[in-house]
Amino acid sequence: MAAMTTARPTSRPSEGRPSVVQTFLSRHGGMMPTFAAVAILVLLFIGGEIFLRGDFIKPLTISNLLINYAYLLVLAVGMTFVILTGGIDLSVGSVMAFTGMLGAKLLADGSPVWIAVPAMLLGGAVIGLFIGILVQYFGVQPFIASLAGLFLGRGLAFIVSLNSIKVEEPAVVWLQSTRMKLGDWVITPTGIIALVTVAIAAFVLHLTRFGRTIYAIGGSEQSARLMGLKVGRTKVAAYVISGTCAGLAGLLLTAYSNAGYPRNGIGTELDAIAAVVIGGTLLTGGRGYVLGSMIGVFVYGTIKTIINFMGAEQAWMQIIVGSLLLLFIVVQRAIVARAEGRR
Amino acid sequence: MNADTDVPPIVEMRGITIRFPGVLALDNVDFTLRPGEIHSLMGENGAGKSTLIKALTGVYAIDSGSIAVAGKRQTFSTAADAQDAGISTVYQEVNLCANLSVGENVMLGHEKRRGTGIDWKTTHSEAARHLASLGLTLDTRSILASHSIAIQQLVAISRAMVLDAKVLILDEPTSSLDRGEVEQLFGIMRDLRDKGVAILFVSHFLDQVYEISDRITVLRNGALVGEHPIAELPRDALVTKMIGRELEDLASIASSSHREIDRSGTPVVRATGLGKRGVLEPADLEVFEGEVVGIAGLLGSGRTELVRLLYGADRADEGTVEVHGEHVRLHQPRHAIEHRISLSSENRREEGVVADLTVAENIVLGMQARQGWLRKIPKKDQDAVVQEYIDALGVRPANPNALVGNLSGGNQQKVLLARWLATAPELLVLDEPTRGIDVGAKADIQRKVAELSAQGLSVIFISSELEEVLRMAQRVVVLRDRKKIGELEAATTDLDGLIDYIANAGEGSAA
Repeated sequence: MAAMTTARPTSRPSEGRPSVVQTFLSRHGGMMPTFAAVAILVLLFIGGEIFLRGDFIKPLTISNLLINYAYLLVLAVGMTFVILTGGIDLSVGSVMAFTGMLGAKLLADGSPVWIAVPAMLLGGAVIGLFIGILVQYFGVQPFIASLAGLFLGRGLAFIVSLNSIKVEEPAVVWLQSTRMKLGDWVITPTGIIALVTVAIAAFVLHLTRFGRTIYAIGGSEQSARLMGLKVGRTKVAAYVISGTCAGLAGLLLTAYSNAGYPRNGIGTELDAIAAVVIGGTLLTGGRGYVLGSMIGVFVYGTIKTIINFMGAEQAWMQIIVGSLLLLFIVVQRAIVARAEGRR
Repeated sequence: MNADTDVPPIVEMRGITIRFPGVLALDNVDFTLRPGEIHSLMGENGAGKSTLIKALTGVYAIDSGSIAVAGKRQTFSTAADAQDAGISTVYQEVNLCANLSVGENVMLGHEKRRGTGIDWKTTHSEAARHLASLGLTLDTRSILASHSIAIQQLVAISRAMVLDAKVLILDEPTSSLDRGEVEQLFGIMRDLRDKGVAILFVSHFLDQVYEISDRITVLRNGALVGEHPIAELPRDALVTKMIGRELEDLASIASSSHREIDRSGTPVVRATGLGKRGVLEPADLEVFEGEVVGIAGLLGSGRTELVRLLYGADRADEGTVEVHGEHVRLHQPRHAIEHRISLSSENRREEGVVADLTVAENIVLGMQARQGWLRKIPKKDQDAVVQEYIDALGVRPANPNALVGNLSGGNQQKVLLARWLATAPELLVLDEPTRGIDVGAKADIQRKVAELSAQGLSVIFISSELEEVLRMAQRVVVLRDRKKIGELEAATTDLDGLIDYIANAGEGSAA
């Protein structure tokens, strides 16, 4: 026993003092996919600049990314919470359409904006709660539960109206039409809302026990439960957050298009998932960053912008996003396999 | 050591009974844990050790009985309740989140806060302090997955100490550790014991139990066998208490299987130095034509591991396998089946029968694997073979179209056996073929195996029931603590001799 106390452990006794690189990898290895996303974004910008002969990298292009994809960014933020727990939320596109319709209808019927907007957020939250309860307390697969949410949201959108409803409420129009300028940089209130959402989400995920529980559940739900963490309510809350974000995205999209339209956002849930995955969040949960999801949205938006600039077929968009997704999922598998191999 | 019976107990469980559908998992069990002792809970698989631990940690609800912690009666309904009462558990599978940092795993749910957010700096320094008190210096910001399982185990213990545990439950903590890591863990356990923590230790390694424990409680079949100070319970007495004796009248099988085997020729299968780091120390194994080789040892001694390495279900680091004297590489079960080696797994439901298919379909699966998937087997041949096995093994109901999932365990086992026999193996490996099945089915299976081996089939027979091993086998390979410790001739060995061998042979030279 006495001999043993002298041989007390260090993490890797044989290697001596670990190098800076080793320390960095052992601490932040999980960030590698997000760094890869940043690299791809940079490459896209450089590529765009070359193809478009110096007409691409300018403040307006970058500003427009945020302005045009504010709704997608908000969806991706909510989706990040759910995917971090190891779940998935397919409902967000149609929930966004429903809340957009709901808000437009309320405003058209003369409700004040301070009723319409909270109603939109609440509508999203309730559908999120419904999915979360199905997942957590009825043991339904997240894929199936949120698929039910997808149909429910779309159906509700059509029940509100089969046609688009114009929105003329000044407060809503203001959200998108106001252009705040700082030199050549432009931002709208919708862009600010999206950025604030990202900031709040980053704070919650990294600096609150709730946020850390989200990560713990994604790492191992069983372990999280045995550690005495509040697994059930945290998981439900992740879906409520995603639903609420979908409600907020409904508001942003309504402001963007000045109308609610029941066919909005068909397939947008897949864009949001793609952005989250490209941004480096592991589909199996437990690893990823909301800032990565923001990068993912920008990658998505940049590809789309380049294709528009080039006047190429939109089909290329899908092929490129699909290829990137494939690439990222393979990279993630490799990272996970390496981590397991080490254990 | 310093655990006196006079010290008031920290945990008192009285008359604990837990029923699962159709099973009495714990039957009126008493268990007492005192501060400053290391108390081992011993018993074979299914004895109720895990159930007792889960009752104490709030995972299972008890049907009757009482639990008192520090003299206060408690009813736990979640793991969090038990933790609040000062009971922390470190499970065999490290129950931490490998995706998070070391410091976070130690502190999760107890992070230090400043204002509204977590103060990571203080949280990490707090974690470092807890780790240091166990003699660990780790980079608390490194991701847990970047450390070995041994370090992860120690981090889990460190987490338990953050909760200010008065009772620490270690469920098979050493099963994935090497010798040096076990010593490190034991050092920490002794330190904690000396600080007055009560430690409940579960391990299948007898050497470790005798090295670290102050007291032992033995369970068998869900019932308490006894509680003993370590000094008053020699190893063979412990093994006898754990295994018990079975008085079935199956002597006729014994007489038929105790025949002379010609071991002068080339063995059907010969493994030399077959091993895998952390799983099994290199072991030799030979099986001759028509021979039944039994493998005996306590659960976790490496019985299943040995045959899985042989079969290619797990890949060996070292060693060679010869079939009829020719070197073969068995890296996948498919290769083994091509060389006419079949393994019937101990996990009957998960790795054995296909519950959603009928009896006939299950048996035909085996024939088909032998024939190649693309060659159609005529329906008439299928029916004949299926009927033959149903009759030979006495499958009940004798209906080829019954769903296997609806059969009893014993009959499922018969179907599984039939399926492997349908692959026409030369060597059949049976891992716990009679576990959890009734006596009649057990006798049917044993009789069939004895009959087939008399006709020339080679068999490796693994069972926790030592009497059964002695009855079936001509030669018994004995394993302990993941190491082959020797071989015995079944005809010249009795149960006491085998128990003594498992408990004591090679003692002193080992470890």
